[in-house]
Amino acid sequence: MKEGIIMKEPKQLSVSAIQNGTVIDHVPANNLFKVIQILGLDRIDNQITFGTNLESKKLGRKAIIKISGIYFEDEDINRIALVAPAAKLNIIKDYEVVEKRVVEVPDHITGIAKCMNPKCITNFEAVTTKFKVVSKKNVALKCHYCEKITTQENLQII
Amino acid sequence: MKNRSLVSIDDFSTEEILKILHLTAEFEKEPIQKLLEGKVIATLFFEPSTRTRLSFESAISRLGGKIVGFSDASSTSVSKGETLNDTIRTVSNYCDLIVMRHPIEGSARFASEISSVPIINAGDGANQHPSQTLLDLYSIKKTQGRLEDLNIFLVGDLKYGRTVHSLMMAMSHWNATFNFISPEELKMPEEYKIYLDNAGLKYYEHTDFTDIISKADIIYMTRVQRERFSDPIEYEKVKNVYVLRNSMLKNTKASMRILHPLPRVNEIHIDVDANPKAYYFEQALNGVYTRQAILCSLLGIK
Repeated sequence: MKEGIIMKEPKQLSVSAIQNGTVIDHVPANNLFKVIQILGLDRIDNQITFGTNLESKKLGRKAIIKISGIYFEDEDINRIALVAPAAKLNIIKDYEVVEKRVVEVPDHITGIAKCMNPKCITNFEAVTTKFKVVSKKNVALKCHYCEKITTQENLQII
Repeated sequence: MKNRSLVSIDDFSTEEILKILHLTAEFEKEPIQKLLEGKVIATLFFEPSTRTRLSFESAISRLGGKIVGFSDASSTSVSKGETLNDTIRTVSNYCDLIVMRHPIEGSARFASEISSVPIINAGDGANQHPSQTLLDLYSIKKTQGRLEDLNIFLVGDLKYGRTVHSLMMAMSHWNATFNFISPEELKMPEEYKIYLDNAGLKYYEHTDFTDIISKADIIYMTRVQRERFSDPIEYEKVKNVYVLRNSMLKNTKASMRILHPLPRVNEIHIDVDANPKAYYFEQALNGVYTRQAILCSLLGIK
């Protein structure tokens, strides 16, 4: 086989368009799999395509996820706000973008984040973490159990 | 308040706090009332705390209740690796209410969510100890005749002191003015000062209280512990500044009272004990009445 023939036409990364569903854009590349996990995309049968390490002026490297046949409730999609605060959603119907949405940090967060207090019960027993969001701009979460604050810099996703 | 748990002082509204204080006064007048006859109260002390446990057990005994429990987790199934979840689910079958102390923060909140009977948090690590706060409030109200508009001096370890944080938050409902007296290393954390700023309350910070002591209505002493200092020389420099002596009390108000959560080590000199302004032992007695009031409220008896 001769080299060069295959590379004759420069290849481009193309993520095919979807007919109906949701496109989540502007996901930080290093949090792509966290977004997938939080939304449970690893446990559904719908067609999903994603691209990562794409160039982005805003984020450096971004990821994009296209999920066929799924529309998210605000409550569900806002769960990704901790890991993808700049994410933008395009709602696709019949190949057209019919709505654009942004995510918003919710008032309460269940699961997802880890309490940074090493002496908190949630780090000792099988207890789902629960937080009250006390600051949305620089995210600060107050643990429902130990009442300590977990700040953005110390935020770890479970 | 029937069937509610008491995990954090914030669980009670100001009206509910006042109701507990009112009931406490009733128990002070008549401490022996057989209101818990036929009831079983579990006292689960996953870490030892003799004073708190005895205070609760005294309160239960004076109400005629029976006590089951342990004072040290090392002799129980916990040492075999049983989870708190399993201990609470099991013990809540055996009793009408659980009093628990546990070194892990948030353990009491978690227990209250899985228990079929009310939980009283008798201390969860450095987090909350609400019965202490209620007995402090009772002691303040009793000695000052009111809770409103008092000048509260908090002295000693204001950084790690769970007791002072809870008391400060609770007193903020009644327009208190606070004076914080502590070494630089053990100052009141920023988050509490922001809380007071937002509440529009006045507070002043000092490293020494001799000049301002005459303004105090309540002096709440806590211990400055050597192990809290990263630099032992700093501890040596300040250790005597935060010791209250009888000679310092000359210019204080006649109505001023000195409180301390106990145990005391040396932060209040024993020469203060004979001064009528020393109130810490009566404060401990108030703890029994306060716990009687809490137990009866949560069980819906009073």
